Amino acid sequence: MLSRILCSSVFQKVIMAVTGLSLIIFVITHLSGNITLYFPDGTPFNKYADFLASLGWLLYAAEIGLVATFLLHIATAIQLKMSNSKARPVGYKVYQSKGGPSKANLSSRFMIVSGIALLGFLVLHIWQFKYGPGIEQGYVVDIDGKQVRDLHRLVIETFQNPLYVAIYVISMVLLGFHLRHGFWSAFQSLGMRNPALHSALYKLAFVLAVLISLGFLGIPVWIYLNSTGVAS
Amino acid sequence: MNLTLQVWRQENATKEGRFVTYKADDISPDMSFLEMLDLVNERLIKAGERPIEFESDCREGICGSCGCVINGQAHGPLRGVTTCQLHMRSFKDGDTIVIEPFRAKAFPIIKDLVVDRGSFDRIIQSGGYVTVKTGPQPDGNATPIGKDVADKAMDAAACIGCGACVAACPNASAALFTSAKVAHMSYLPQGQVEAHKRVVNMIARHDAEGFGNCTNIGECHAACPKEISIQHIAIMKKEYICAAANYEPEIQRSEGAI
Ligand code: HEM
Ligand code: FES
Repeated sequence: MLSRILCSSVFQKVIMAVTGLSLIIFVITHLSGNITLYFPDGTPFNKYADFLASLGWLLYAAEIGLVATFLLHIATAIQLKMSNSKARPVGYKVYQSKGGPSKANLSSRFMIVSGIALLGFLVLHIWQFKYGPGIEQGYVVDIDGKQVRDLHRLVIETFQNPLYVAIYVISMVLLGFHLRHGFWSAFQSLGMRNPALHSALYKLAFVLAVLISLGFLGIPVWIYLNSTGVAS
Repeated sequence: MNLTLQVWRQENATKEGRFVTYKADDISPDMSFLEMLDLVNERLIKAGERPIEFESDCREGICGSCGCVINGQAHGPLRGVTTCQLHMRSFKDGDTIVIEPFRAKAFPIIKDLVVDRGSFDRIIQSGGYVTVKTGPQPDGNATPIGKDVADKAMDAAACIGCGACVAACPNASAALFTSAKVAHMSYLPQGQVEAHKRVVNMIARHDAEGFGNCTNIGECHAACPKEISIQHIAIMKKEYICAAANYEPEIQRSEGAI
């Protein structure tokens, strides 16, 4: 009866932690590729995008793995949230943190909110870029004699719209909030017992969250400012 | 000092509760919080009303029976203190104090501020013990234990089972209580025999009682009158992950409270 273990409060958090950390690795990889969007020349970014597309079945396998990780992360999160709501049927009239060692803050208290907002963002993001216009629609560029999709142009055009810039900036701030608690929490969920690492990882989570958040949200802001001539 | 109290009044577990406002006048700042309630109750009895039901025993912070949520904080505003050890000097003249019971599905209200913490007892029964030979007391230092290990075990063993961790947790999880009861034995050689069985069954019981899931917020640590750290929760999780491969819990999450 493995299910008794799988349904336990501890194991469900192990799932959250393992999927969450995998998603963080993905997010960092994604950001390292997207750094090329800060360059004025679109060739490196298009080369990178074309390299990914050329991976063929390997890319499909990675995408399936990524989608499965997301689904597992989200499904477990919702399950945990529902059983937590049931655990306190009558709420408090007044509730406040005692501070001190407590890590109660906007980030830790609203993981489900930042998470669901991120889910909404992901749908928009994938629809815009992955399933956006490609070679057939004329988004094509010649790199070393090869016709490849001009994803760079699509990105630049998208971020001429201040509405999209705002949506991306807000979403990436929320990602920062999600990771501020999430990164550290994952190690706690996996039973990291070294007290020195405990506080070091909590600080590292803050640095990581800020770097990832700023790294991503800087891209649309940078592109928008460049095109309006403010930054050039 | 003169205070206004908003107190949760509830006849029994099935009746609906509500807040009732009381005046608490001429309160000495030297009174403990429970002495203040005693005084209010004396006046209520004289006026022919039902006194406010609350729990207490030792009144010196060691038994864990007292406990309510005061202005949204379990055991009130101070850290490392139980409700009975809180004094009225922590409040200001003219303050309004909201007093609520510890709220959790697994802590059904018996009356007013008194809750049934039997779920804690059942978690202990499911594994919070060691098997020892009866007979004469063993010689001191027959089992040598390092000072650092003994200290850690004592830190966890300081838990008085008051339930403040559950009350303060946004998810009403009893992870801190359970982890303290797992960890204080898992550190010591005497606790090794049942180590796997213990952690797996105690967590299964915890879940079946209807406590929430820990999301590592650490409000429990801040509310704990014995300031027990959430590092014990990490230790419990590590123990569980190691044990789960070898040991099957005896009950299922969906079985619910006894
Ligand atoms: C870029 C995407 C994401 C990354 C990198 C990420 C990462 C993480 C990490 C590392 C954790 C900590 C795990 C733990 O506490 O053990 C976590 C927790 C959580 N995630 Fe995500 N996540 C992402 C997207 C989402 C989405 C789309 C949702 C949608 C509902 C979500 C909901 C949650 C919730 C509710 C928690 C808290 C779970 C708990 O503390 O019990 N996350 N996430
Ligand atoms: S009455 Fe014993 S701890 Fe408060």
